[in-house]
Amino acid sequence: MAKLNVAIAAMLILCALLLVTSQHRARKGFIDLERAQALSRRHEVDWKRLQLEQTQLAKHSRVDAMARGGLRMQSVTPDRTLYLPETQGAR
Amino acid sequence: MARPVKLASRNTLLSTRLPAWRSRLLMGVIALCFMALAGRAFWLQILSNDFLQQQGAVRYQRTLEIPAARGRIVDRTGEMLASSLPAKAIWTIPEDVQTTREKRAEMARLLGMDIKELDRKLAEDRSFVYLRRQVDADVAAKVMALGIPGVHQRNETKRHYPQGEIVAHVVGFTDVEDTGQEGFELSQQQRLAGKPGSRMVIKDRLGRILEEVGSGQEPQDGADLALSIDARVQYIAFSALRDAVKEHRAKAGAAVVLDVQTGEVLALANLPTYDPNRRQQLNGAQLRNRVITDTYEPGSTMKPFSVAMALEYGRVSPTSTFDVSPGRMTIGSATIGDAHAYGVLTVEQILQKSSNIGTVKMALQLPPERMWDGFTALGFGQPPQLGFPGAVSGRVRPWKTWKPIEQATMSYGHGISVSLIQMARAYTVFATDGELMPLTMFKAERPMQGVPVYSPATAQSVRKMLEMAAGPGGTAPLAQVQGYRVAGKTGTAHKQENGAYQNKYIASFVGFAPVSRPRVVVAVMVDEPSAGKHYGGQVAAPVFARITGEALRAMRIQPDAPFATLIVPAEPARESL
Repeated sequence: MAKLNVAIAAMLILCALLLVTSQHRARKGFIDLERAQALSRRHEVDWKRLQLEQTQLAKHSRVDAMARGGLRMQSVTPDRTLYLPETQGAR
Repeated sequence: MARPVKLASRNTLLSTRLPAWRSRLLMGVIALCFMALAGRAFWLQILSNDFLQQQGAVRYQRTLEIPAARGRIVDRTGEMLASSLPAKAIWTIPEDVQTTREKRAEMARLLGMDIKELDRKLAEDRSFVYLRRQVDADVAAKVMALGIPGVHQRNETKRHYPQGEIVAHVVGFTDVEDTGQEGFELSQQQRLAGKPGSRMVIKDRLGRILEEVGSGQEPQDGADLALSIDARVQYIAFSALRDAVKEHRAKAGAAVVLDVQTGEVLALANLPTYDPNRRQQLNGAQLRNRVITDTYEPGSTMKPFSVAMALEYGRVSPTSTFDVSPGRMTIGSATIGDAHAYGVLTVEQILQKSSNIGTVKMALQLPPERMWDGFTALGFGQPPQLGFPGAVSGRVRPWKTWKPIEQATMSYGHGISVSLIQMARAYTVFATDGELMPLTMFKAERPMQGVPVYSPATAQSVRKMLEMAAGPGGTAPLAQVQGYRVAGKTGTAHKQENGAYQNKYIASFVGFAPVSRPRVVVAVMVDEPSAGKHYGGQVAAPVFARITGEALRAMRIQPDAPFATLIVPAEPARESL
């Protein structure tokens, strides 16, 4: 009888410890997940920001102003364009 | 398993017999106490369980709202027109703020405000004061790094408009709460906003999230919106218009470019404009979308429709002649006139030279009802179905109230009001073989089906007349585009203010190109040009030419008109020996 009691008590303590560790692990896992999600959100925001920056840098008004002002380029006119028939392709 | 205790029998106190009721009383009292405890336990565990569980949860559970990202607005090629990024609101509890002047000055500099303004805000007798909203995340981080007590931040989003003033009137803008205020940001609010989600979490004493309870709800991000606008064509139209408004010292200007085959609006430009990223001190004139929400008297750009109606009615043919001398004509008590006195003109020449009298003589053959039907079939007098807020219908009065002079003036575009987009759309009947195209400002998946208004023969003959009008001998030789055949009509309308015509003008031009297979309709309007020139042919036609030429080349449409080339073909040189 006494032996059984000791065994049951030991099992109880073991289970209690296991519960604590698994709870601890679950929380740790949860924190990692949260961190990963936060990182993914941050990357998403960075991606959006970079896309926006790209648009801002490549927008037509800026390219046009730089081409005309800085590089002294001109718009192409038909008389300086060689039109090739689509079927024959360019040589 | 207590061992029986051997009591000393000699103890007199213990050997004294006690009355039996005392032990029973004690037992009864204890039993009552236990019953009270059991009752209390039943009350707490069973009857008030829900309430107590809830109270417990309130102390450690939190429902967090997960904001949904607002959808982006892109053009037809996917180029970004509006996008949201997280930002911070910097707020304070003024009472808690204790800092040095240097730190305050530094914070004011970072937040882009005057130190006096900052000090005024910090002196306010309130417990919550926004110092600045929609601060970029990196700036907010620098402000927080100053470590001033009582200064806090809060998450919010900021809308960015990379194209700025160029498409401001189409895209519109949102307020600081991310709610659409103008343009498509307003009309598509529901679709762009999405639905915020939520999740329930357990937090510890320090506010750290420990775990998630329940399933929560995922946020639904707002859908992206693809407009029919082409950012390149939009830029072309905007810059051409801007230069013209500047050159002619005009009060305002508007231009619209339509794709003839799909009915899509490729560009819609307005001046004056504003930068949606900086919205301080906006006025009504800047916000007005003149293409869609304003009407004007179209003037001579209306004439092609009168001619087409007359042709459809069958009383005239393109070669019929009318005597328009001596350049004046009296109807009732009113007199109308032409800018130049012509003699006998054919129908084609009437449109080419833009003769008011010729147009009136043709139009007066039509019964008023038929003419009214003709205007209505072109979409005048009804708001266009664009999904854009504030589209106006213009004004075509019911035919029963028309007097002959009114019918006469309407035939050349006075006494009737239309919006520029209605006018541009109406010209699709000449750009196609008589079909009026439905308009859309959203990217179309497939070509649209037009509604037949005129017979192909009528549309073709008016198209030919419009090409003559935009050519040598017409009213708008300046509309010519190198490499492309163009067709179109000028309009110069007196502005009506306070019921009388003033010495102010609206110069307009509506046309399409390339004539052999029209792809775009371009409509241009310049309001109150005041640098000496005010005719549509002088002011609006060159804008049309620039927009059309550059847009067609940007759209890679093959030229259909002969032009002199400066390029020597790369033929192999023949041996001359």
